[in-house]
Amino acid sequence: MSCWNGTKTRAYLRSRSKRPDWVRPDFGRRRFLVAGSLAAVAGGAGASVSRAEEGNSLVPEWTRSLGAGVDASPYGMPSPYEADVVRKNVDWLTPTRESSVNFTPLHALEGIVTPNGLCFERHHAGAAVVDPSAHRLLLHGMVDRPMTFTLEDLLRLPRISRFYFLECAANGGMEWRNAQMNAVQFTHGMVHCVQYTGVPLRLLLEHAGISDKAKWLLVEGGDGAAMTRSLPIDKALDDCMIALFMNGERLRTEQGYPLRLVVPGFEGSMWIKWLRRIEVGEGAWQTREETARYTDLMPDGRARRFTWEMDCKSVITTPCPENPIARKGTNLLRGLAWSGRGMIAEVHVSFDGGRNWRHAKLEGPVYDKCLTRFFLEDWSWNGEELYLQSRAVDSTGYVQPQMAALKKVRGVNSTYHNNAIQTWHVKPSGEVQNVRLG
Amino acid sequence: MGSHGAEAGEARYDGIGAAASADLIRAWNIDVAPNGAGAPPGSGNVSNGEAVYFEKCAHCHGDFGEGVGNMPKLISGSGTLLDDRPIRTVGNYWPFATTLFDYIKRTMPMQAPQSLADEDVYSVTSYVLYINNIVPKDFILNQTSITGIEMPNVDGFYMDNRKTKESYADSCMHDCPPYQVLGVAK
Repeated sequence: MSCWNGTKTRAYLRSRSKRPDWVRPDFGRRRFLVAGSLAAVAGGAGASVSRAEEGNSLVPEWTRSLGAGVDASPYGMPSPYEADVVRKNVDWLTPTRESSVNFTPLHALEGIVTPNGLCFERHHAGAAVVDPSAHRLLLHGMVDRPMTFTLEDLLRLPRISRFYFLECAANGGMEWRNAQMNAVQFTHGMVHCVQYTGVPLRLLLEHAGISDKAKWLLVEGGDGAAMTRSLPIDKALDDCMIALFMNGERLRTEQGYPLRLVVPGFEGSMWIKWLRRIEVGEGAWQTREETARYTDLMPDGRARRFTWEMDCKSVITTPCPENPIARKGTNLLRGLAWSGRGMIAEVHVSFDGGRNWRHAKLEGPVYDKCLTRFFLEDWSWNGEELYLQSRAVDSTGYVQPQMAALKKVRGVNSTYHNNAIQTWHVKPSGEVQNVRLG
Repeated sequence: MGSHGAEAGEARYDGIGAAASADLIRAWNIDVAPNGAGAPPGSGNVSNGEAVYFEKCAHCHGDFGEGVGNMPKLISGSGTLLDDRPIRTVGNYWPFATTLFDYIKRTMPMQAPQSLADEDVYSVTSYVLYINNIVPKDFILNQTSITGIEMPNVDGFYMDNRKTKESYADSCMHDCPPYQVLGVAK
């Protein structure tokens, strides 16, 4: 279907007041024609299908005019018809925007790669704008040679590229007690997945010569929160990376430019942004972020600590509250699955609230500690009510739990690591609602 | 010193990195660990801390740590960790006093992080401990005394045990147990 369909047109009209700056007057004639055409289509409410067919049988305006020249948008932006596909925050969730989070629009994305401008943000003191020429990475503590590294140094070292997901431990945290957020962007949008390119952390540690007695690293950011976490040395030497690029370009400011730590499979708060310091030591530092926060309060009144790995999880991204079913007949069911402990092995889909399951197709690539896309093909909807669920199984054999089973072990006060099966209620109208089954 | 990887005293990558100066390490190495490592010289007391707190902290955290609006409370919460809506504060949740010093020094006040002198950080830390009934009013906090403070919830944590305590091997594919709808998002 072309972008003449009625839903897209209405979405665009709603968002016109937020139209991106690059739709400037120097777009001139082009801009006028687009607006004029939209008005004509919007006037035919309820007749969008026939109008679309009619429109396709005529020669549209954009075919009979010149488009914008090169460099009209030298970096590039999405189509103005996609202006609603943006990160969004939840106003009541946090007291300040500087210590807050926004959410990735998972419902609007395809494949496994998140565009850099849509990777959710979580800051503790706002996004620091760091001058790369002045930035230094300090590596000290139990090392033979305390050292500093410039960006230029890091760019001369061997580098690797890997696809990894990054998920905030609090993803789904608003859903512990009941179904609350009626949008997949807010129930699951604290996750993104990009191709990171950078220097294996192991290379720097070996270069400085770490002591055999070293057990932990303290990793620290250069922002106003000087965000710190303790990282076990085994993980640091295994697969951690000092990332300089994401999806082929330098890191975005809000993702830690000029460099961030990548800690595959571990909760996002350990992926220190604006990384400025690594201290090698013998014991964990017990920072605020691993004592007061990012600890999981359990039903016995005590809390789990150092719950680094993200549990296996999945969610259906179409249908979902933002993607209702528009028509009976053939429809595509799609979603995302991931595990901090390995690869996705299987995904199952249920239409009846978990009573019966089908195997979904995993659409490659399927990588370790990476988002994996799944589809259910040859699916036809005939207007019946559905209770849609997806259930992921990872390469360790772990099966994503139903919420009732998860709550039985963890209660509802742990805040973090909610990896329960999500249920979407599809109504006969095709609308989709976030519901809780038990 | 034995090392992983490259031999001690020999850099593996030619010309990469520079020796870190003692001044830089001193300026950036601000962390304080539970064993007191990193705690700077100096000291602070509750009454000085109260003055600093009223000037720099109270507008967000309240005159007595009760919190303003949605900003974090620093007191109360005792006995709530089993409740449906637990309150987690320095007094009833944080396991180490060193963490409080470390966090105040690196992040507070929020609009001006790393602006407090070490004496002021010691003082404010002792005041927050005092309003949580953890230290007496005449307490002097310094690099030695900070390691002797037993926080009420120090034993309230255990290591991640998901791998041994959790198993959801529910691979039922057909005729699985029925459900009911418990809630709907508005």
